[in-house]
Amino acid sequence: MTNATAGRRPSTFSYILMTILGWTAALVMFFPIFWMVMSAFKREIDAIAVPPLFVFEPTLENFAAVQSRANYFGAAWNSIVISVGSTILGTLLALPAAYAMAFYPGRRTKDLLLWMLSTKMMPAVGVLVPMYLLFKNAGLLDTRTGLVLITTLANLPIIVWMLYSFFKEVPGEIIEASRMDGAKPFQQFAMVLMPLALPGIASTALLSIILAWNEAFWTINLTAANAGPLTAFIASFSSPEGLFWAKLSAASTLAVAPILVFGWMTQRQLVRGLTFGAVK
Amino acid sequence: MAKLQLQGIRKRYGAVEVVKGIDLTVNEREFVVFVGPSGCGKSTLLRMIAGLEEITGGTLLINGERVNETAPDKRGLAMVFQSYALYPHMSVGDNMAFALRLAGVPKEARDRKVQEAARILQLDSFLDRKPGQLSGGQRQRVAIGRAIVREPRAFLFDEPLSNLDASLRVQMRIEIARLHRTLGATTIYVTHDQVEAMTMADRIVVLNGGIVEQVGTPLELYHAPANLFVATFIGAPKMNILPATARSGKNGATLLDLEGSGPIEVPGDASLQDGQPVSVGVRPEHVSLAESGLIGGSVEIVEHLGDETLAYVMLAPGRMITVRVAPDADVEVGDRVSLAVRTEAMCLFGADGRALRVPNLRQPRPRQVALA
Repeated sequence: MTNATAGRRPSTFSYILMTILGWTAALVMFFPIFWMVMSAFKREIDAIAVPPLFVFEPTLENFAAVQSRANYFGAAWNSIVISVGSTILGTLLALPAAYAMAFYPGRRTKDLLLWMLSTKMMPAVGVLVPMYLLFKNAGLLDTRTGLVLITTLANLPIIVWMLYSFFKEVPGEIIEASRMDGAKPFQQFAMVLMPLALPGIASTALLSIILAWNEAFWTINLTAANAGPLTAFIASFSSPEGLFWAKLSAASTLAVAPILVFGWMTQRQLVRGLTFGAVK
Repeated sequence: MAKLQLQGIRKRYGAVEVVKGIDLTVNEREFVVFVGPSGCGKSTLLRMIAGLEEITGGTLLINGERVNETAPDKRGLAMVFQSYALYPHMSVGDNMAFALRLAGVPKEARDRKVQEAARILQLDSFLDRKPGQLSGGQRQRVAIGRAIVREPRAFLFDEPLSNLDASLRVQMRIEIARLHRTLGATTIYVTHDQVEAMTMADRIVVLNGGIVEQVGTPLELYHAPANLFVATFIGAPKMNILPATARSGKNGATLLDLEGSGPIEVPGDASLQDGQPVSVGVRPEHVSLAESGLIGGSVEIVEHLGDETLAYVMLAPGRMITVRVAPDADVEVGDRVSLAVRTEAMCLFGADGRALRVPNLRQPRPRQVALA
């Protein structure tokens, strides 16, 4: 009895230790972001000061410089179009796939799922040249359409996996009951499964938006001025005339701010979905 | 109402055959219970009838029409699931009306039928609630209501009471039996609980390892089990099974030498050969304390259940017999007792487990409902 209680409720000492560890980990992970935001408000000279400055006179000049040199709002709009567009397209493709795999599994369904996931393990750079040539021949280079397509394909395995897991959580007997009640496959899907799996579908979509927003490899390599989203926008500050830390930080802050706010607003839904059990 | 015929129904998953050729006719208005231990194929059989599992072999006829390939909803059957399987996002009323809505029944007719079903099941005041706000028993009634509104040709129940607690289970058992009497619908009911089977069924189908062990009325199965499996599966406490050897006695009588005790004379003709090994089956209520009985032993355990007392008597090492005695009987642990056996109620089973002799105890009358 005492053992069981001790097992469930940690002692005061280990509780304090866990708290310290947790906070340390959180602060270590948060620090680069904190430093980036700080640097964004420093003058270039303060940003590279050694030892680093914690107290300084804040300035907005970096933001003005960034906006004058590149089109922030254009890039932000591209990011929105690409992340929302690829999420809608990916979810529409993944829903029927996950439905079929969860409720009408074949002998190779598990293999298929693993194979889909394994494509994520392949280094993307390995197919950069063929993808580039395909995009070039199809006239998709530096177009939002092309980026929506490639981002969709990049995130599709994860979307299918997540939806599959959520569908697996829906008790099979409920779907069978709807079959007995005369629901055709599409009706089973739309009238029974969708409402039940909605929290899961929502968190999948949220994650997909975040992944697409942060996708950098393809966006940087397949775009130029026209369709470049915020990831390409940041990258454009990193090279030609040497590094300007404060401006780079300002650009980065501007790029991550929308998705941070978005993540903050939807964190409840995200956590609920990612920790599963959303259906029951 | 429907008559269901199963002809050589089989189910195979890959190389494993789980239902091995079942022949059965379920008559109109009949309440048939499939009972058996878990893994006996009873749920699979029900799901094949429902159309949720493909039938590997054999023919399923509903009112003489082959329905092997017919979609579940086109068979005119309604099913009540073990988990209730209610639609959590719909109100009780919408749950019950769902099938009618899909079938394109106009709203007024839908509402009327739902109201009627709700009245029968005393769910009137819950129609706007969500299933999550109901108790287990109420959810079960909604599941039954969902089946009723469809006016199916037959009801299929898949272990519907196993998620309920004991007292609610007894109550729902009575409600389902009463409902069956009211609606007079053909019903197939799957359970692993032999008490449910005994109390509700017109006929019981005992399944084991994918085959039918016996089909009969509850009392037929109780008094005249076809084999050792049915003998020990039906009835609580279990039938006593005692190994014995047959021997011819005087005047053509057959004697049985029970292990560790004296011979028992078997009345009537049992056509046993000398030295043939048999198993003697005797219900606890057919054994009684006697001044100088045929067998004897020491009392190991006494269970006082209030209305009756069960005494477990050790006849020989490892050979226990259960005796149902009067609640005020004077037995205590350690007593040496002598036991009398009502030999006319005895069952005899051969080495293969098949019944050799049906006891000529009061023959159960066929029940009225079964004939209707």
